[in-house]
Amino acid sequence: MAFNIYDFTTLTKSIHEGLSSQFSPTATLAIEWTIVGLAYLLFVALFGLFLVYAERKVCAAFQQRMGPMRVGPWGLLQTIADFIKLLMKELIMPKNADKFLYNLAPFIVIIVTFMVISVIPFAPGLATFDFDIGVFFVTAVSSVGVIGILLAGWSSNNKYSLIGAMRSGAQIVSYELSVGLSLITMIILAGTMQISGIVEGQRDMWFIFKGHVPAVIAFFVFVIAGTAETNRGPFDLAEAESELTAGFHTEYSGIKFAFFFLAEYINLFIVAAMATTVFLGGWMPLHFGDFDSFNQIMDLMPGLFWFFFKVLGVMFLMMWFKWTFPRLRVDQILNLEWKYLLPINLFNILLMAAVVLFGLHF
Amino acid sequence: MKSIIAYITEILKGIWTLLTGMKVTAKYFFTPWKHVTQQYPENRKTLKIAERFRGEVIMPHNENNEHKCTGCGICEINCPNGSIEIITKSLILEDGKKKRAIDQHIYHLGMCTFCNLCVKACPTGAIVMGQNFEHAVWDRSTLTKVLNQPGSKIMEGVKD
Amino acid sequence: MDELREIMITTDEIKTDEYLINMGPQHPSTHGVLRLLVQLEGEIVHNVQPHVGYIHSGIEKMAESLSYPQIGHLTDRMDYLSAHQNNEAVALCVENALQVEVPERVKYIRTIMSELSRLASHQLWWCVMGMDMGALTTFFYGLRDREDILDIFEETCGARLTVNYSIPGGLMFDIHPNFQRDVKAFIKKFKTKLPEYDRLLSGNVIFTERTKGVGFLSKEDAIAYGVTGPTGRASGFSCDLRKHRPYSAYDKVNFKEILSDVGDTYARYQVRMAEMWESMSIIEQLIDNIPEGDYAVKMKGVVKLPEGEFYQRVETARGEFGVFIVSDGKKNPYRVKFRSPGFSNLFAINHIAKGWKIADLVAIMSTFDLVIPDIDR
Ligand code: SF4
Ligand code: SF4
Repeated sequence: MAFNIYDFTTLTKSIHEGLSSQFSPTATLAIEWTIVGLAYLLFVALFGLFLVYAERKVCAAFQQRMGPMRVGPWGLLQTIADFIKLLMKELIMPKNADKFLYNLAPFIVIIVTFMVISVIPFAPGLATFDFDIGVFFVTAVSSVGVIGILLAGWSSNNKYSLIGAMRSGAQIVSYELSVGLSLITMIILAGTMQISGIVEGQRDMWFIFKGHVPAVIAFFVFVIAGTAETNRGPFDLAEAESELTAGFHTEYSGIKFAFFFLAEYINLFIVAAMATTVFLGGWMPLHFGDFDSFNQIMDLMPGLFWFFFKVLGVMFLMMWFKWTFPRLRVDQILNLEWKYLLPINLFNILLMAAVVLFGLHF
Repeated sequence: MKSIIAYITEILKGIWTLLTGMKVTAKYFFTPWKHVTQQYPENRKTLKIAERFRGEVIMPHNENNEHKCTGCGICEINCPNGSIEIITKSLILEDGKKKRAIDQHIYHLGMCTFCNLCVKACPTGAIVMGQNFEHAVWDRSTLTKVLNQPGSKIMEGVKD
Repeated sequence: MDELREIMITTDEIKTDEYLINMGPQHPSTHGVLRLLVQLEGEIVHNVQPHVGYIHSGIEKMAESLSYPQIGHLTDRMDYLSAHQNNEAVALCVENALQVEVPERVKYIRTIMSELSRLASHQLWWCVMGMDMGALTTFFYGLRDREDILDIFEETCGARLTVNYSIPGGLMFDIHPNFQRDVKAFIKKFKTKLPEYDRLLSGNVIFTERTKGVGFLSKEDAIAYGVTGPTGRASGFSCDLRKHRPYSAYDKVNFKEILSDVGDTYARYQVRMAEMWESMSIIEQLIDNIPEGDYAVKMKGVVKLPEGEFYQRVETARGEFGVFIVSDGKKNPYRVKFRSPGFSNLFAINHIAKGWKIADLVAIMSTFDLVIPDIDR
């Protein structure tokens, strides 16, 4: 296999063996966990910063602006400067806030994102957990994040925050359904819930091509529902700047605000990464059945590149949505889910089942 | 059946309108060099300010340090917010006659609303609007200016 | 529709407490510092109480100690997006009182300038409307096109916003030599941009869903509340002063009064969009025919109005703007009263927004095109 040269399995294995030869199994595990934890922290921090920068530049381009240009060349250091500013800001707490929950909320939100991110395979051999219920784990854990948002809104003791949190609750609970169902559609095609299995199943062709019509429908439903789950425009009702000032995080400042902010962007990444993994072949290069020469050329590029290429593509799509569309109203957002996405989704599952049953996929 | 078709066409129509919108934004996204914003302090040299732009009131002086202000005080009367104060002095001319002349033409930039009424009213055209718009200062008191330069005289032949 | 709203309010099975929320004075969608006291039940608006006075600047009182040309310059600061029309109103009022006939050239230029500022105002309204609805990109597209108009203003009037161009007796300056060329170039360009606005926002399914059938104002209510301008015309209230009481050069141009009998948020939106086309057509009819002549008549150094009461109304971008001057023959007016369109329009909001959601309230407020100093002058 040509892409083995970019496989991280050998690297991780050699680290593991090197450590095992030096330390006891428990110590090895502890060290490995620390390394992995730090790696994720570093990744989330750096990638979050990059995403904020990217979003600002993308939105600037949509709006015929230049975006940040002052700090560093092309404003590259702008988000770092902003981050430092956020770190140094005073932490303000409303007088009648529920102190414990108020402080807890940002942590719940950020911890959930870390948990979900841990199952995403970045490249061959570069994923921390690989359960046999990986997809289920993602949907299950990511819905915990809404608790953080609800707590944030409720404990701030601010009416705007409360409305935002309630909206967010209603929205995320409904859209969970669509996310789950569109993933189930693909699980029917993949035949497994294990994420590595899903990626492996796309070796000769990505699922979005393999499952053609139902897969494409499922992909768009997933992207729409995923956008809604990350509370991003046009589904940013929970923040709804022009209605609720800043929604559920109105009362947060400094680093706690930064947590929400970071979590939002990492959630964006998670949705894009899940879309990539389940629909677009994860780190798999673009392969088309029997065109061997084409496939080999595609193999030249490493899995990590493919993964991020696709993730950034999906993310761009979501940014494009955000910077083009007006925001939905709260009843419309529920209508969209219950009257449109859900029936489409259910029908789509049937369609997919039929496709798989009769072997109509490629 | 009809309602199902209506349902589907409704969805497709909706998606179509969304795509039209996305096409508009995409057009601008892929031509990023056509941005409309400017990098302000950097582009000072190429900045075009209209010649009539009302940035501040100035009193032009010629090379002999002469201006046209007679100290008549009409601009002071015309100013709606008291941004101008005229302090006059009397000069004794060679033939022994007394003549009023401007001592200090005080202009409070911080209070000026750039209405152009003083410029319009001035009978001799002594004051005009300048194009400088960068008025930020550290100390508010520096916004109060004396428009006639020290030691300046009234130009020959200017009468009120 | 009213019945439906009744039902919406009364048949909620679960009764929850109402709560009050202060929208503003510092709130992103109140376009300045308007304060709305909103009574909510969940998401549903039960009552909206506008509280004005936060940025009251006492312009009417100030005007009592100023001379007439000086009053004109203050009106720039009321409805700053219709500065031209406000100036024009004061100028016309003083001219009528003195029975001064201004040259044709002045009338033409005033009309063109008024329409340009109407365009600029509607452009800003459009982009802010988009922003209130959550489509942030519209903001920059609208401002981008408005910039061209402001450049034209800057070149001819010397200022971009507070122009103080129409003064009693005529104009502050003659038009700039490039004025006609620039205006024509702008119209040509904007004709290609305006359909883009429609593609981006007007047609968008989210936008139409959010605005169609939301926030009704009937013709009777519009008249009862004194809602004028595009807001009133969207309810079918034919109130365009340019048609009914033509001033300046409006009697010399052909244009339609845009009316809609729907009266919802979408109608208010569409009326303004259509008005932009009409404004462009008015400008096009006038721009090549500006007659030669003086740009002002010679006025006395000190303008004194004869004793009496004088009223003049003009159509600004927001509706009917009136200037009422009581003169006791001195150089300062005895009393000045401005009838600002925003003030009357705003107070219809409670009637319209009742029973709708918070998001609708924001959208409704946006279609009112409020400028706060206009309300709170
Ligand atoms: S421009 Fe107007 S406000 Fe400024 S000094 Fe002249 S008259 Fe006064
Ligand atoms: S600037 Fe003009 S109006 Fe003012 S005092 Fe001098 S001459 Fe008179």
